[in-house]
Amino acid sequence: MPFMEFVNFYLMPGIVLGSIYALGAVGITLVFGILRFAHLAHGDLATLGAFAALGVVTIFGVSPWVALPVAMIFCAFMAIGIDKVFYDYLSERPKIIVVMSSLGIALMLRALVQVIWGVDTETYTRGIVRPENYWGIRIRDREIYTIIAMFAIVGVLWVFLQKTKWGKAMRAMSDNPDLALLSGVDNRKVTMLTWAIVGILCAASGFFLGINTELKPLMGWTMLLPMFAATILGGVGRVEGAVVGGLIVGIVEETSVLLIPGEYKAAMAFAILLLILLVRPTGLLKGKVL
Amino acid sequence: MELIGLLNYAVFMAIFIGIYSLLALGLNIQWGFSGLFNAGIAGFFAVGAYSSAIVTAPESSVHLGGFQMPVVVGWIAAMIAAGLIAWPIGKVCLRFRSDYLAIATIGVAEIIRLIVKSEGWLTGGARGINKVPRPFGDLSYLYSQLAYLALVIAIVFAVYWAIERQISAPWGRMMRGIRDNEDAATAMGKDIKARRLEAFIFGAAIMGLGGALFAHFNRSITPEAIDPMIATFLIWIMLILGGSGNNRGALLGVAVVWIIWSASEFLTDQLPTEYAIQAKYMRVFVIGLLLQLVLRFRPEGILPEPQGVSSRTETKTFQKQESAAK
Repeated sequence: MPFMEFVNFYLMPGIVLGSIYALGAVGITLVFGILRFAHLAHGDLATLGAFAALGVVTIFGVSPWVALPVAMIFCAFMAIGIDKVFYDYLSERPKIIVVMSSLGIALMLRALVQVIWGVDTETYTRGIVRPENYWGIRIRDREIYTIIAMFAIVGVLWVFLQKTKWGKAMRAMSDNPDLALLSGVDNRKVTMLTWAIVGILCAASGFFLGINTELKPLMGWTMLLPMFAATILGGVGRVEGAVVGGLIVGIVEETSVLLIPGEYKAAMAFAILLLILLVRPTGLLKGKVL
Repeated sequence: MELIGLLNYAVFMAIFIGIYSLLALGLNIQWGFSGLFNAGIAGFFAVGAYSSAIVTAPESSVHLGGFQMPVVVGWIAAMIAAGLIAWPIGKVCLRFRSDYLAIATIGVAEIIRLIVKSEGWLTGGARGINKVPRPFGDLSYLYSQLAYLALVIAIVFAVYWAIERQISAPWGRMMRGIRDNEDAATAMGKDIKARRLEAFIFGAAIMGLGGALFAHFNRSITPEAIDPMIATFLIWIMLILGGSGNNRGALLGVAVVWIIWSASEFLTDQLPTEYAIQAKYMRVFVIGLLLQLVLRFRPEGILPEPQGVSSRTETKTFQKQESAAK
C-alpha cells in the first residue's frame, strides 16, 4: 500500500478521532485523579454537549463554531449541578457508590437527550465537505480545526494547572488530598472548578465528534470505553498522558481495520485497556493506580 | 375469558420476575457480598442465552447448531460459558479497585454485543436463534406457561438455597470481611484476589443461567433482547432498592421494580402515539432518578443486610473509629 494512502485513509482519521478521545480522556483523568472515581456519565455528558450545540444552531441559526462556547458553558454548569445535586451527598460513602450513581446519571442524561431531540441521527450542517489537498495529504478543514482545538484547549489547561494558584490547588488535591487540605486548599472550590473544566472538555469532545461524524444519542456512550482506555493507557491523573493515550487509541482503532474486520474496530479500545492493566497498570506516563 | 387472560398475564410476569431474580441473585454475590461492580450484566446474560440456545437448538443453515442436547445440558453449558468469560476479566481487573472492573465489564458487554451481531455463523446475526426447545412446550398454552413457571421457581429456590448456604458458610463470612476491610483480611492471610475471582465467576455463572432460562422461555434469542444498558441497569436498581447483601431483599427488589417498570409501560401505552417515544425514554429517566433517590435516602435498601447482634455492635464501633480516623 502506498505510504500516502496509509496517511490519508488511516493515519489522519486516526489522529482526528484520537484528538476527540483525548479531549474526553483529559476530563476523565481529572475526575479520576482529583475526585478519585471513574466517572461513567462522561460519555453521555459529551452527548448532551453535542446536542446542546445543535440546539443553539437550530434555534439561532448560527454557525456551529459559535455554538461551541455556548455548549461548553452549558455543560460546565450541568456538570457542577450534577455534582451538587447527586454526587456531593455521597462523598462520605465509599467511592464506588459514586461510580454507581454516575452510571445512573449516564442513563438519565441519555434519556434526556432522547426525550428532547428524539432518536434520529442529526448533523450540524448539511452537504458533503470535500477534503482539501495539502502536498498530498487530503484533509478537511474541520479536521484541521479539531486537531488544533484539541491542542489549544489542552495547552490552556496545562498552563492553568502549572501556573495559576487554582491549578496548583487542583494538582495538590490530585497528588495528596490530605496534605492539600491541611495546606488550606478549599476542597469544595477545587471540586467545583474540576467539574466546570470537565464539563467544558466533555462539550468539546462531543461537539468535535458531532461535527466530524453525526449526532446520535448513543455517540457518547460508545466513546466511553475508548476514553477510559486512553486515560489508563496514558496514566491516571496525567493530562499529557491522556492526550498521548487518546491519540494512540484513535490511531490504533483506525488502522486496525487493515488487520481485523471493521465491525471489531470498537473492540480495540477494550484490548488496549486489558493489555495495559495487565502489563503496566500505571500507564505509559506513570499515573496513579486506584 | 377475562379471568384466563389475567391469569396468563400474571404467569407471564411471574416467569420474568423469576428470570430477573436469578440475575439479581448473581449480582448480589458479586456486589452485595463481595463489593464487585459488574456493569456488564447484559453481556453474561447474553452469553448464557446464546450458549444454551446453540447447544440445544435443532440444526439450522444460518447458525451453528444441531447438537440437540437436553435442555439441562444447555443450562450447564450456559453457566460454564458465562463463567469462562468472567474468568479472564476478573483475573486482570480484580487486582485493582472496583472502578476498573466496572469499565472492563462495560467493555465486555459491548464486545459480546458486537460478536452476537456480526458473527452470523455462530449466532444467526440479526435473526438470532429460533426454535430453541422449551421444557413442557408441548402442553397447551396455559399449562405450558404454568409448568415453566414452576420450573423457574424451583431453579430460583435452588439457587437461593445454594447462595444462602455458601454465604453462611465460612466462605461467605470471609467474603464480607474482604468487602468491609480489605487490609484486615489481607493481614489474616486471606487470598483476596482468588476469593474475589471465585465470587465473580460464581455470580456470572448464575447470570448465564438466567439468560438460558430467558432463551428457552421465548423459544428464541435475538440481539434485540439484550439491550446492554437498560437490562444491566434494571438489575442494579432491583438489587439496590431491595437491599444489597440480602438475598430476600434482592428478590423483593426484583418484584417491586419489575412491577413498576411494567405498570409504567402499561400507562405509557395509553398515551397518543406522538408522545410514545418521549414517554418511553421518560421511563428510563425516572428509573435513573429512582436509583439516585435510593442511594441518597435509603442506601441499605428495603431489606437491609442482616447482621448478628454481636457483629452489629462491632461494626458500629468500627465505623465510629473509622470516621474518627478520617
